[in-house]
Amino acid sequence: MDLPVHVQLDLHRRMVRIRLFEEAAGRLAESNRLPGFLHLYVGEEAVAAGVCGALNDDDHITSTHRGHGHLVAKGGDFNRMMAELMGKATGYCKGKGGSMHISDTSLGMLGANGIVGAGSPIAVGAAFANRYRGRGQVAVAFFGDGSTNIGAFHEAANMACALHLPIVFACENNEYGEFTPRDKTMAITDIVDRAAGYGMPGVIVDGMDVIAVHEAAVEAVERARSGGGPSLIEAKTYRFYNHHGVQNLGLKYRSDDEVAMWKQRDPIFTLEDRMIENKAATRDQFDAIWAELRAGIEAAIAFADESPYPTPDQITVGVYTSMSGAS
Amino acid sequence: MADERKLAYVMAFNEAVKQQMEVDSSVFCAGEDIGAFGGVFGTFGGLQAKFGADRVVDTPISEQAIVGLGVGAAVTGLRPIVDLMFMDFICVALDQIVNQAAKLKYMFGGDAVLPLTITTAGGGGLSAAAQHSQSLEALLCHIPGLKVVMPSNPYDMKGLMTACIQENNPTVMIKHKRLLGMTGHVPEESYSIPLGKGNIVRPGKDVTIVAYARMSNEALIAAEELAKDGIDCEIIDPRTLQPLDTDLIISSVKKTNHAVVVHEAVRFGGLGGEIASQIQELAFDYLDAPVTRIGAPFSPVPFSPALEQHYIPDSKTIVQGIRDVMARV
Repeated sequence: MDLPVHVQLDLHRRMVRIRLFEEAAGRLAESNRLPGFLHLYVGEEAVAAGVCGALNDDDHITSTHRGHGHLVAKGGDFNRMMAELMGKATGYCKGKGGSMHISDTSLGMLGANGIVGAGSPIAVGAAFANRYRGRGQVAVAFFGDGSTNIGAFHEAANMACALHLPIVFACENNEYGEFTPRDKTMAITDIVDRAAGYGMPGVIVDGMDVIAVHEAAVEAVERARSGGGPSLIEAKTYRFYNHHGVQNLGLKYRSDDEVAMWKQRDPIFTLEDRMIENKAATRDQFDAIWAELRAGIEAAIAFADESPYPTPDQITVGVYTSMSGAS
Repeated sequence: MADERKLAYVMAFNEAVKQQMEVDSSVFCAGEDIGAFGGVFGTFGGLQAKFGADRVVDTPISEQAIVGLGVGAAVTGLRPIVDLMFMDFICVALDQIVNQAAKLKYMFGGDAVLPLTITTAGGGGLSAAAQHSQSLEALLCHIPGLKVVMPSNPYDMKGLMTACIQENNPTVMIKHKRLLGMTGHVPEESYSIPLGKGNIVRPGKDVTIVAYARMSNEALIAAEELAKDGIDCEIIDPRTLQPLDTDLIISSVKKTNHAVVVHEAVRFGGLGGEIASQIQELAFDYLDAPVTRIGAPFSPVPFSPALEQHYIPDSKTIVQGIRDVMARV
């Protein structure tokens, strides 16, 4: 572990923030306090944290339906996130978007996306704009293994490479497209095999190891920033909860043994154990971090609870910029 | 002295793009064959030579990624013009148009601006058959968040395209393929026509014809024919279909007491149904006859000229339609 301790602690903090937010959202959903669909990121924290830890504040990311983790990792505010999940007027999207469209353009987070694969072409556009302006910004497209079976991904990957854009394709391969295992939906084992087809380098990393993800991301981001073009990172990871929510309607599509095996490789606890072993941090230090961030999430739930709902006169506001929309 | 310079519809488009690219460095164009080749209809001719390959970008044949390129670049601060060669190809890119471009700023709680112009070429009359001739504007007008523009002449084309580029919402500019060579007076200086403002193409007192794109011109021919019979037609060209200049249409109908809506698109589910509905809701007491819709039959656009000429409405169809309406009085 060559990474400076402060960088390791930064990655740890991003992961714990994601974990706490998602665990809290899961509890709220189970007690029917969140409307709509909820796709939790628990288990995959190392990917968002490792990649976003390699980005500057003004770099852009596009996200997926499982998008809370990306926004948290990019610096998202718990209060506005929790309020949005509850459909409140104080939320990131003023209650118009919810979990699947949560975004903060000021943080370069161009939206969670309810359409599988749709974020990648948008990331290509952000990458194009970044190069066009010449300010050295890069774009990252986060996407799942399942979305590499949809046309939008292939169009985006090919166009990014054809135009040699400053972009990183960050694949979260959690082995399931919703409820169907990867080996039923594609004839290859590794998503990274697709990279060569577009003429970009690709690398497989252990998606449960935030340091490994981060080091790969630093290299890919540096390549993009220095004019070296696109790359693909495939992070092998796993979602601890279900496709949707926590209990997922009681549907059974993964074995208990498989889930338990992956949970033993929990990205946060793995990092903590390593850092303690290497005397880079202490248990007390981590306990204090968890306690501090946990207080933040409790405050966010209270903030969201106390926030008002949007009023019906807001329905058509924001359909058009500076225009209320068609009658 | 009035500027009497004449310009073709296609060059009016081209000039609007060129002038906006000159004054705004955030404007760029991307699409299939638009760079060195200048676009299959010549709409982007000469622009890459003038502005370079970084601003007039040849893309792969990847409609989703072309529109996605525009969405991502627009939401991060540029002012993209992305071209989908034929209107039929919007179907390939519908997710990016309908689920992304149109909705992003709403889903983000208004915290996004998308100054994106999608340009495409619609309409029939070239024996281009069912996948290169459609008029799918009703589909786009149904999507909150989009603006939809269909110019009928070179003057409007330049002014509306300029407005589209300057607009801060996603717009779809639909060129009509049969109008590309149409010439008319177009001032050299830059000007814009506000989106959502229709035009009284021909004032009249007996019947209101609402017609856009090529049908507006066909309506003019029909009006001259009907004038010989003493029927004085008022032709309204909405120019922008979303937002629609309902006020202009309604005030005309209140004067003429008769209305006919004409479009090249399939009649069933076409924009004519929406316009007719608005008229009966807002001017029912003024109507002396039911509002009539003229449009294409419920079939894909046929290939053979022998079929297509009967498929697309023309001045003769419009004359007959108006005679039928007036006969009901």
